[in-house]
Amino acid sequence: MTAKPEMNAAEIAKAVAGGQLSALAATEAALARIKQHDGILNAFTDVTADRARAKARAIDADIAAGKDVGPLAGVPFAVKNLFDVTGLPTRAGSKINRELAPARRDATLIERMEAAGAVLVGALNMGEYAYDFTGENVHDGPSRNPHDTTRMSGGSSGGSGSAVGGALVPIALGSDTNGSIRVPSSFCGIFGLKPTYGRLSRARSFPFVASFDHLGPFARSVTDLALAYDAMQGPDADDAACTTRGLEPTLPLLANPVSDLRIGIAGGYFQKNVFPEAVEAVGRVAKALGATKTVDVPEAARARAAAYVISTTEGASLHLDRLRKRPNDFDPAVRDRLIAGAMVPAPLVDRAQKFRRWYRAQFAEIFKSVDVLIAPATPCTAPKLGQVMFTLDGVELPVRANIGIHTQPISFIGLPVVAVPVPLEPLPIGVQIIAAPWREDIALRVAYALEKMGVVSAPAPRGF
Amino acid sequence: MAAEPLDDYIDAVSKALALPVEEAWRPAVRANLEVSLRLARLVDEFALPDDTEPAPVFTA
Repeated sequence: MTAKPEMNAAEIAKAVAGGQLSALAATEAALARIKQHDGILNAFTDVTADRARAKARAIDADIAAGKDVGPLAGVPFAVKNLFDVTGLPTRAGSKINRELAPARRDATLIERMEAAGAVLVGALNMGEYAYDFTGENVHDGPSRNPHDTTRMSGGSSGGSGSAVGGALVPIALGSDTNGSIRVPSSFCGIFGLKPTYGRLSRARSFPFVASFDHLGPFARSVTDLALAYDAMQGPDADDAACTTRGLEPTLPLLANPVSDLRIGIAGGYFQKNVFPEAVEAVGRVAKALGATKTVDVPEAARARAAAYVISTTEGASLHLDRLRKRPNDFDPAVRDRLIAGAMVPAPLVDRAQKFRRWYRAQFAEIFKSVDVLIAPATPCTAPKLGQVMFTLDGVELPVRANIGIHTQPISFIGLPVVAVPVPLEPLPIGVQIIAAPWREDIALRVAYALEKMGVVSAPAPRGF
Repeated sequence: MAAEPLDDYIDAVSKALALPVEEAWRPAVRANLEVSLRLARLVDEFALPDDTEPAPVFTA
């Protein structure tokens, strides 16, 4: 048996565990696809071929010896280059960080994926220091959209979106501070999970905004998303924000019916500043789920504003010394945003943090009457690379500032979200399935039901 | 006198933080600061009870 590009992670793992496909063959197939297509997609910044082959051979040896090889046996995966990968400097999309000493230990989530049998094949392109929604990078060039390579992959986990959307690997890991998993998922037409804040360990990944940083998986199916997510759960003393809750596996719950769930459509703010394709995508998902109730989310615009303020100031604090010493080695657009962030008066940041608690209480009320909220993931399908403005309802708006307007008010209070791809023509677009804190299982269950109904799916790449 | 209302402030904070702002960057820094302050004002004008605790590390 050979590994075909359309094989998802669950199929690869089953074939590898069953002896029909070797882990090495699955790995070689991924490496060959990367070699063939990454020149166009520019998703990878590092390919760890030697390491991947060694890991795959070890899995094959374990299988030959009759050992348990885990639920992701032989599944190739890649990580946004802000994850520590032993032997590589953790560049986090920057020029400055690539001068760091090579990491001496993998990020916790890589260790957990590999403990489940997955095979790391490389590190992925991203917007500089994750302060980005486009997937463009002045140092490494843009990662490209697999459905139209003249368009954005979305950021900041652009390479993750491009690699999975382009079927170079079935699973990638990324980070989401204000939308950086959900935006590339939307533009590249794949599934993405931003778990509850604190659910997955961020240990040995390069931070951006400590209050909002989350890590999570991308995949081409909900089953694969749940497989990866379940493999990565668990407490970790190396991340101060990581929960001490025990494992709460979602895979066994995926096929449970959704008919008992109360599903609402996020109204008001979430229905404004959207292109017709986003309206169409939310409408299709709502119709399939029988959702008719519109739920007002109070003060979402203010939540987005507060998320912006906290992001720019915490980001500035993180990078203050680099801004002093190496300002000319930043992407100028990132540098100028961060310098401005350093100048925001402290009381305004404190008020933004206090507002989070108020806003969180509003959502606690909302989740008394619904189990799930649906909302656009992005206001539009993937814009052209380099596009600066778009026209919405006759008004010219800046692209960068508006891509994340629907994701920011959700990650602001750490709610779990599955971004599901609606395969519209000519380009896919994502919808957010939002659940209450710690209820990733519900968001995944709804995503799985939509996938089974054929409403959401990851379209085959056709841009290259 | 500075050309823009925020320029004096930018100069002062730049000095206080020992954070260089070259003249070529100033328009972009100023534009970004205007956006940040406009959004911060949105939060600022929202009245919260005095006993509201901040959520510096947020647990959902």
